[in-house]
Formats: sequence, C-alpha cells, structure tokens
Amino acid sequence: MNKPVDPRLLQNAEAFADYLANTAARIDADAEAKALSQGKRVGISRPHESAALHVAGEATYVDDIPELTGTLHCALGLSPVAAGRLAGMSLDVIRAMPGVVDVITASDIPGTNDCGSIIHDDPILCSGDIRHLGQPVFAVIATTRNEARRAAARAKEVLQVEPAEPVLTPREAHEKGRYVLPPMHLSRSTNEGGARAAIDRAPHKFKTTFDVGGQEQFYLEGQISYAIPKEGGTMLVHCSTQHPSEMQHLVSHALALHANEVQVECRRMGGGFGGKESQSGLFACVAAVAAHKLRRPVKLRPDRDDDFLITGRRHCFWYEYEVGYDDDGRILGVEVTMVSRAGHSADLSGPVMTRAMCHFDNAYWLPDVDMHGYSGRTNTQSNTAFRGFGGPQGAIAIENIMDSVARKLGRDPLDVRRANFYGKGERNVTPYLQPVTDNIVDDLVGQLEASSDYRARRVAAAQFNATSPILKRGVALTPVKFGISFNVAHFNQAGALVHVYTDGSILVNHGGTEMGQGLNTKVAQVVAHELGVRFERVRATATDTSKVANTSATAASTGADLNGKAAQDAARQIRERLAACAAARHGGSKDDVRFANDKVQVNGREFDFSTLVAEAYMDRVQLWSDGFYATPGLHWDRESMTGHPFYYFAYGAAVAEVVVDTLTGEWKLLRADVLHDAGRSLNPAVDIGQVEGAFIQGMGWLTTEELVWHPKTGMLSTHAPSTYKIPTANDCPPVFNVRLFEGDNFEDSIHRSKAVGEPPLLLPFSVFYAIRDAVSAAGDHKVDPPLRAPATCEAILNAVTAVRATH
Amino acid sequence: MSTNSSNSTATQPIRFYHQGRVVDVSGVHPTRTVLDWLRDDAHCTGTKEGCNEGDCGACTVVIGELAAPGTAGAIDGLALQTVNACIQFLPTLNGKALFTVEDLKRQCATVEPPAAHANGTKRPTVPLHPVQQAMVECHGSQCGFCTPGFVMSLWSSYEHHQADGTRPSRQALADELSGNLCRCTGYRPILDAGQRMFDLPAVRLDTRPVVAALQGLRAESGFEYSAPLGARTDRFHAPRTLDELAALREQHPRAQVLAGSTDVGLWVNKQFRDLGDIIYVGDVAELKRVEERQGEQGNELYIGAGASLEAAWSALASRFEGLTDVWLRFASPPIRHAGTMGGNVANGSPIGDSAPVLMALDAQIELRQGSRVRRMPLCDFYVDYMKNKLEPGEFVQAVAVPMSVASRRVRAYKISKRFDCDISALCGAFSLELDDKDCVKQVRLAFGGMAATVKRAARAEAALLGQPWTQASVDVARVALAEDFTPLSDMRASAAYRLQVASNLITRLWMETRSQDALPVQSTSVWSVMPHAVAGVEGA
Repeated sequence: MNKPVDPRLLQNAEAFADYLANTAARIDADAEAKALSQGKRVGISRPHESAALHVAGEATYVDDIPELTGTLHCALGLSPVAAGRLAGMSLDVIRAMPGVVDVITASDIPGTNDCGSIIHDDPILCSGDIRHLGQPVFAVIATTRNEARRAAARAKEVLQVEPAEPVLTPREAHEKGRYVLPPMHLSRSTNEGGARAAIDRAPHKFKTTFDVGGQEQFYLEGQISYAIPKEGGTMLVHCSTQHPSEMQHLVSHALALHANEVQVECRRMGGGFGGKESQSGLFACVAAVAAHKLRRPVKLRPDRDDDFLITGRRHCFWYEYEVGYDDDGRILGVEVTMVSRAGHSADLSGPVMTRAMCHFDNAYWLPDVDMHGYSGRTNTQSNTAFRGFGGPQGAIAIENIMDSVARKLGRDPLDVRRANFYGKGERNVTPYLQPVTDNIVDDLVGQLEASSDYRARRVAAAQFNATSPILKRGVALTPVKFGISFNVAHFNQAGALVHVYTDGSILVNHGGTEMGQGLNTKVAQVVAHELGVRFERVRATATDTSKVANTSATAASTGADLNGKAAQDAARQIRERLAACAAARHGGSKDDVRFANDKVQVNGREFDFSTLVAEAYMDRVQLWSDGFYATPGLHWDRESMTGHPFYYFAYGAAVAEVVVDTLTGEWKLLRADVLHDAGRSLNPAVDIGQVEGAFIQGMGWLTTEELVWHPKTGMLSTHAPSTYKIPTANDCPPVFNVRLFEGDNFEDSIHRSKAVGEPPLLLPFSVFYAIRDAVSAAGDHKVDPPLRAPATCEAILNAVTAVRATH
Repeated sequence: MSTNSSNSTATQPIRFYHQGRVVDVSGVHPTRTVLDWLRDDAHCTGTKEGCNEGDCGACTVVIGELAAPGTAGAIDGLALQTVNACIQFLPTLNGKALFTVEDLKRQCATVEPPAAHANGTKRPTVPLHPVQQAMVECHGSQCGFCTPGFVMSLWSSYEHHQADGTRPSRQALADELSGNLCRCTGYRPILDAGQRMFDLPAVRLDTRPVVAALQGLRAESGFEYSAPLGARTDRFHAPRTLDELAALREQHPRAQVLAGSTDVGLWVNKQFRDLGDIIYVGDVAELKRVEERQGEQGNELYIGAGASLEAAWSALASRFEGLTDVWLRFASPPIRHAGTMGGNVANGSPIGDSAPVLMALDAQIELRQGSRVRRMPLCDFYVDYMKNKLEPGEFVQAVAVPMSVASRRVRAYKISKRFDCDISALCGAFSLELDDKDCVKQVRLAFGGMAATVKRAARAEAALLGQPWTQASVDVARVALAEDFTPLSDMRASAAYRLQVASNLITRLWMETRSQDALPVQSTSVWSVMPHAVAGVEGA
C-alpha cells in the first residue's frame, strides 16, 4: 500500500506571490492612470474613502461618539431557558445593585412591543412567552456599562420561569409542522408530468439528504445603539444599522411617535453582512425606550457573547432531494424539500427562503423541478439576513447534486456542470420563469478552466493520491449565477442629495449605508465623474433619515446600483444647470459644455469648476439637487413564485485545490483561482476586496464555522470567538489568483457595473467540493462521500470513514 | 480589612508612559482593563473592543518595557510586544509604556507628506506612518473596525524587522497576524500591506524619550496599588523579587496570583468574578528566566513560571524537534506575549497545550512555598478537573525539562477546527526512543482534551514498551488507548472523534518514525505546506 511517493509531489505548495505581483495580477494600473488623466472617475481603484481614518483609529463608530453628559448604559437580562412561560420577576434585587438607575420591562414600552421587520411577531422584550435561551426579558439601565452588565447577568436568579420542552432543530420543527410562515412551493414543468414523471422516466436516479449549517455574521463591531432624547419628546438614535429607515419606523412604533419625530443616523458600521439589517432593531428600540422613559441619553452595546445569544444569523438548511438524470449527467427532473431553521420568529425567513428557491438552479437549466420550502419554527435565535440571503443555501444543494451525479457516472464534475449550464436563446428560462438573457457562464468558466490549469491539476492530484497513503488532494471548479435586485419590487428604489457649495466643494448623501463595502467610495466616484471633478472635492456623509427619506436596507448587493444611480441623477441635474449657466454667460450651446478634471470648457474657454460654481451662485442657480432611481422592469408574483424578480445576473467561478488528512480530517486550502463578473467595475480594488472577502467568509461558513446548540437546553455553546472560528490570515490560501471578468453589464446599470456584495460568497463552494473530492479519493472515487457542511475536521473524518467502510 | 500588612500600607499611583508623557492613574479598580481605561477615561477610542476576551485582536496595543542589554528582540533598550488591551488590568502597566494606534502618526511629524496627499487641497494633511500608508495603498481596510488592531500588530512586526534589518515572509506575517480577525478582506491585502510597509520611506520609533521615562519610573521595591470598591478595598501587589513574592504568597494565601491575565481577565470580563486581592508576578525578573542549567539529574531546560509563553515555546521548539506547529498554534502572539507557561500549567485546564508537551518531555514542576522548594513530575501534579497539588501559600516557580529527552523523537499534534488561535479538541504529545533492535525503549503518550486532566495514556504506553515498533504493536496500543480514555463530547468535537483521532495520531507517530519507509512530514501533515520561518528552528 505504501508505494514510494513521487518526490515531485511532496513539494510545498507554490510560494506566496508578493504584493507587487498580487496588485499587477488584479489591477491594470496603467489603464486606470490613463483613464483618470482623461477625466474618468469610475473604473478607478481609489482607496476606501475612510481608509486614512481607519488606519489612524480616527474613523468614528457609534461607540466612539463623545458621550453626552448624563449618558446611561444599558444591558439586557436574558432568558436562561429556551422555552416556557415567564411567571414573574424579582427585579428589586437588580434595582439594588451598584449603579443601577432603572430596570425596564415590556410594560415600560409606550407603543408596540414589537421589532419584527415584515411580520410583527418579534417582541422587543419578553412579555410572557419565552421563545429562546438568550431572549431579552428586561433591560438594566446603570451609570456605567460594567455596572449594567453585572446586574443584568443575574437574570437567572431573578426570573421565575415555567420551562417547557424546546424544539431545537429544523427537522424536528418540520416533523411537528411548526413553521413561522406557510410552506412555499415552486414548480415548473417543461415536459408532461413535471418533475415526478421526469425522475421516473430518467435512466439514472437517486434520493438523499444533505445538511448545511448556519453562520454567525461576526461583524467585528457588535450591535450598538445610542439614543438621545430631543425636544418635544422626539428621539435621535445613532445606530449601527444597514436599515436606518426601518429603525426609524420600529422606534417610532415602540415610542408611539410619528416617523417625523424619530431621527436615525449611521455614519458607518464595523461590518454588517446582513446581521444589522433587521436585527439592529431590538437594540435601537430598547435604547430609545429607556432614553424616552428616563429623559437621558442611553447607550446599549451588548457584550459579544450576548450578541451571539440574542441575534440570529444565516439559516441552516436541511434538504431532501430526488434527482433523475441521463448518461451525460443532464438533470431531467428534481424534487427538493428545503427546511430552514427560522428560529423563534419570522424575521426575514420568508424572503430568505424565496431567494433560496430562486437560486436552486444556480447556473443550470432544470427542465422539470419541484421545490418545497419550509421555514421551521425553533426555540433558537431568530435567523436573519446574511450575505447571500438564502441564495447560497439554494445553490449549494444543486452543486451537491452535480457533484454526486458526476461521481456516480465517473465523469469529471466540470463536464457534468457544463452539460447543465443555461443555454443562450434556448434552455434559458429559470424555474420562476425569468429568462436568462445575459448568460456568460460558458465563456467565464472556459477562461477560468484555462487560466487555472484545471485539467492538468486534476491529473496531478490523481497522481498524488495514487501514491499518498494519508494525505489526499482534491480539486473542484464551481460556477455562480446570482440574481440582483430585492425579490420584492418596491424595495428597489433609492434617493440621494448632492450639494455643491459656493467654494466648489461637494457633499453627497444617499440612502445607503457604509459597512465597509465601499459604497460611499463608489457613490462619491459617480458624483465626481458626473461633475468632472477630482475625488477630493466630494465627501459622503452619514446616512440620516432626516436627509433622504424612506430608504431601503443596504442589502441584496444593491447599494451601489440603487444609490449610485440616484446620486448620478442628482449630480446630473446640477451639471445641466451649471452647463446652462455657463452657456448663458459665455456663449455656445449648453450641450457642448464639458466637465472634466476640475475644469469646465465652454465656447472655447476653460474655467476652474469652482469659478463656474461661484458664477452660478451669483446667477441664483440651484446648486443642490435630489436624485431618485427605481430599477425598471421588475415584477414578482408571490403566490405562484414567478415573475421577473432580478434586473440582471452576476456570474463567477472558482477553482480550489485542497489537501486532506485522512487520519484526522484536517485540511488546508492550497490554491484558489477566481474569475468574477462585476460588469464594468466602478472600482476594481474595492470589487476585488469584496470578492476575496466573500470567498474567505464563505469558506469559513462551509468549513470551520460551526454553530452548536446544546441538544437539551438550547444554549448556543459557540457564542464567542473562542469557540466560533472564523478564518484567520493563515486560512488565506498561499496562492490566491483573483481577477475580474472583462465585460459590461448587459443592462443599463450604473456605468454598466454589476453588484458584487453577495455573489462571490458562493465561490468557495469550490473549496467544499475540493474537500469532497479529496475525501472521495480515499475510496478511489467509488463512493459518494456523505459530507455535511460545515466540513469541520470531524465531519471530514466521518466522511472518510464512511467512504472507506463502503468501499 | 485593616492595613496591617507590612508591605501594603500605602497605595501608589499607577504610572506609565502614554502619548509622550508619564501618566498617573489612581482611584480606578485594580481590575479596570487597559481597554476601558483607554476608551472611557483617556478618550482614546482608536483601540476597539471586538470580543472582550482576547480572541479577535481589535484591541491590540503594544507594551514597551525596559530591556536588559542583549535581550533578544529588544529595540534600543526597549522590548516591544503586542497584547490584548481588553484582558490586561491597568495596574500591570505600572512602569511600562503603552502604545496605541493614536501614536503612529505622531512619529511622522518630521516626514514630508507623501505625494498622494500633496494634491493642492487646502487642509493640511498629517502624514501616515508607513504601516498605515501601506494599509491604505493595499486596500487593507474595509469596515475598518479591526484595522487599528492590525496596524498595531504590523507596527510591532515593522519595528522588530527594521531593528534586525530583516523582512518577514508572507508566512511569517500570517503567523504574526494570527491573533487579529478580519471579517471583510480575506486577509490578502493586509498581508500585501505587511510587505509594502517596508518599501516605503522608513519611520522608526525614537526609543530614547521612552527609555528615559521608563528609567525614571524604575523602582527598587515592589509596587502596591489599591482602590476602594464599595465597602472594601482590593489590593494589587506587584513584588520585584522572588523572595518578596514568596513572602506575599504566604501572607495572602487567598489572593489571586496573576501573570498574563489571559484567563483571569475573562473571569472578570465575562464571569464578573471579584478577584479580591491580587499578587501580580509579572515584575519578578527572576521568575522570567529561561535557561539551560545543571540540575540534580543532569542538564535541564529551566523555564521560570513568569516566562512568557512565547519565550518558553521558543526555547522548547529550538531544542526539541516537532514542536513548531504547536508553538505557533498556541493562542496568538498577543496572548503568548502576555500569558506564561507557568500560568498555563498552574491553571491546569484539560485542554491547555503546554501540559501534554511538557509531560511527553518528562518535565518536572517546581513549587515554592516561603523558602521551601519542591519538585514533582508534572504528570503527578494534576489530581482532577482543575485541581492540583498546590498547597495554600504555594505557587508554581518553574518547569524543568531534562535535556536528556533530546535524544528521543518528539512529536506534538494539535487538533482543532482552525489552525490558528483555537482551543484543542485534543492535543497529543509524544516522545519515543527505540533501542538498537527497533524496540520501544522509552515512550510517552500524553494527551490533552481526552480526560478531566491532561494525562499520559498509561495502558497504551505499557502496550508499546519493549515491543517492536511495528504496525502490529501500534494496533495493540490503539486498542489499549480506548481503555485509557473516556473523552467527552462538546462543541469542539465528539467523544468518538477524539478517541478515533487520538489513536490515529499514534499511527501518524509510527509512520513518521518507523525505521523502514518512514514518511516525511510532507506526507503526513497538511500543515507541512506552510513555510514557517521561526528563529532558531528549521522548517515546520
């Protein structure tokens, strides 16, 4: 068994590329410099607008805002059991503790005790029915944060609880028919009899189950709200949130105020990833209720462990599917049941399941398909948005199927995937009946297959495995197709304000929020480009509900698409007014006035931008403007689950190579090659940052990041970074080749760019399937490895053991 | 409690160097953390709280201490090390220098602004430090919240490499950054910045005013600090000498001994435990010695209980093969700088990684009470879960490893979900010596994570001793191992996995050390692809 190993195969992985090579491979600096000199401000790799503040520790997050005199601090008392009834509370014990000013319960909420975002089933503070272990029951308000925390930590001693048996897993909820929403069904029949008949007729078929775990957002800055009472009973809330307008609504409902009496501001978040879309609401509401009652500023910043215990995260999914396919691996029919862990309330579980079902196809034409989605109600934290928003959970199921079909047929998985790709002009309608008209998956995957040397590395891995008794290598290529837009049409709107001041400096404000993704950088670039000025003239300011009203969440990757277009609209109006003013003063046609590189050319003469601005002010020209954008052509029928929910699709693909230890299940990513479609990128460096960050984050989801609830008590035992392991610098592969695909968005998006926040989260499917390939090698690829996600060392070793036992 | 104790009649202010001057702090509780002091009292909000338990690195700061001439890694008389501000108590800063992200730009006051900033804007721009400038140019920040912590880890690396005239490899940078979590970038651009910073015009810390200030703070006798807390007063004793420490420990047997506070800090931050009086051992220079010396049974590596984990592991890994991975995987650099091997061993967690390695190396633990010093094999020290043979008033003074063990083959395998900074599901540490007939002459199979204490697999060792080092013997030992341990299931691993891997690790040991056809580490460990460059140690 222990044949000598070819020494060539024992070499270390290829060396790390140095930073100059990394930059050169990613960014065409010469082309960008040329474009910049020609007046372009988009398509340029400008650093993050706050980068200099970040590195100096000068970027202000909510907890860094100088506190007002009299500021009090809040901590939440949490339920020590997962289910039952709250029979009573002995809060005098808490009130007597050092520094405690007040204890707030549900009865102190003047308005509605609810912070549910769509369905109003989410109590701010427990009012009797205990939903999960960690549910906030009361809020301690104290002079210092540590005093508040110490008092709140005694919740277990002061709460009288009648415990009940909790339901903790999605399968258990499914068996008991406990859902937070009615089941969803999406079927498409191309041939008679639909999926069932197609499977029955198929030459090959199999039926199996699959498990994919959830994921904690682990934003580095935890949840935080700082509520400041203002005159006339109104409220200002500084909140780390992706959705200031929703915070405004939730706080106004909780305080029984009108929306115009609540102002929510967010300059930046220290990461969001979906975790601060709806779930910042509880913290905003509690802080506001306390500030309202005590007429003093109140800050609520839960400790990291409490953040884990209170807030939800990416839904874990359990799948059961039956597949029929032909000799080439073409899928003829699929039936799939998906059950998610919604947690104790609906939160965003409905839209998450919708997106999962709209991404089960990923890049593949599925002629006959029958999908059933169930959002299981469990006594755990209410799960919510997380980058991808169900899309990754939908798509990984079909990728698992592709991988299995290839193995069962003894074919290269890439060939099976390719056989199923959407066609161009035919085989191009999604199960929800939107045609795929911008398909580039074949071209993109072909380029990556060549640049990554995929075929040769598959052969090399097989050679390595033939002579390596313990370590096995695996290589996999997976594609991504991801629909861009909110699945609900009316969310796809945005507003912006652009002010040009008389000194020629420009301020832009829009409805999107900055969580690190570079939205403000991109929007400022769009404005600078439109007005033909240098970057430094344009400053973006905090998102503020008193500036742009009725904003949508910064979510679904739409931030730059929507707010970029709205800011462009505002800037364009100002430019047109400036052009008219210039032509009126200096002659020529207003249509011939040119704005570039801080200069204005009119009728053969050239002025500084600021000179024209000063002139325009004297001419009483409005130098500020609003802007608005609504994505065209979207519709969605919730009942039939059909329509045109997405403006366009973003594509990508990745190749991963791993080595797996069959004695321990340890593994290491040796190399990753990525080609991702960001359309005509607004900022290649920012987009590459999104792609790489999403790749590593998604890899964490599928490998090291494991959520473990105690099987009896429902206690989340992985509630801190000591036990919940997100990737570190050493998990970044030594060889990481990342490029953006060359090509415009087919649709008229902002400068023909494409959204880039979520789609690359699916790229590290390649890592999971490379691991599965390596595990499969332990059984000479004869057995389909029963590998769950996350593929922890233990999950991998279990799969190896199973493969060897069957083999 | 009255102030009748001979050496704690008066409280002194906590004095340390911060932002160019010596600050005096009094009136704060002895367990106030450096992070809370920075953010809430000094209003320096650049340093962030991400987890409040030393696992994310957002609060990374650099501590400067006077270094004796010739101290390894010292820069112009100053030892600079990263620590997690969230779990360091403020009185431990007494006599030291605290550097935070706010300090970097001020070092650049004399540097010309880089061209990118001199673009005609009216606002005067303060130049960024090369570490910061490289982070900007390489797009190393996205949300920016972890960034100050990364900047401080990079700055520490920058100063050390500049002083040595070296540059870190990307692997070395990744190892140095293993205690800093970033959720946005995927790390590639941060590693890029770690290389780029050396290509920018150099800016070095002027250590002279710092050294002068710290020399002014030098004290001959121990530091005593106290502050009222409600009705009582908690005391912080920081003795300077081993004898003072021994006396204090006898006088205050119930006081909490504090070394790196990498665990004790969590008792305060997360469990709200009141520590009461504290005896801090970090100022006892004698306790930090790491040296080879002649012991009763020959030459030994003597590791003072106050030596940092980094110093201790570095000394072990440079003398015994096969320990590099466990060293680099032990927590993170900031934790290894603050924490001590003595503390790790005294704490006695069943999942601590020091004890299995030390047991495999036949280490002795040296305990002291007053003037009495006694030793015992480390494997005899633990009684039960978090219980050991320390008597009231006694403390761990050192661990000692016999150098004769260097003739054995030594391996340590840590198994956890993540390579870096994770707590072991299990950790197996082995040493093996074969006789000239290829039979097992000596064998130690020590495991963490398999029982209520770290312990050796007595039955498996017995099954191997004297037997030929063959697959058949290994198979017998694997069966015996299942008799040695009944591990638990928890969030790190199931009992079944722990047992299966523990026995597989014996197989791995055999495959790597058998006389015929031994497999190189490249064939047995996925981590072998990581080209760690560690001072004094070749390869991985």
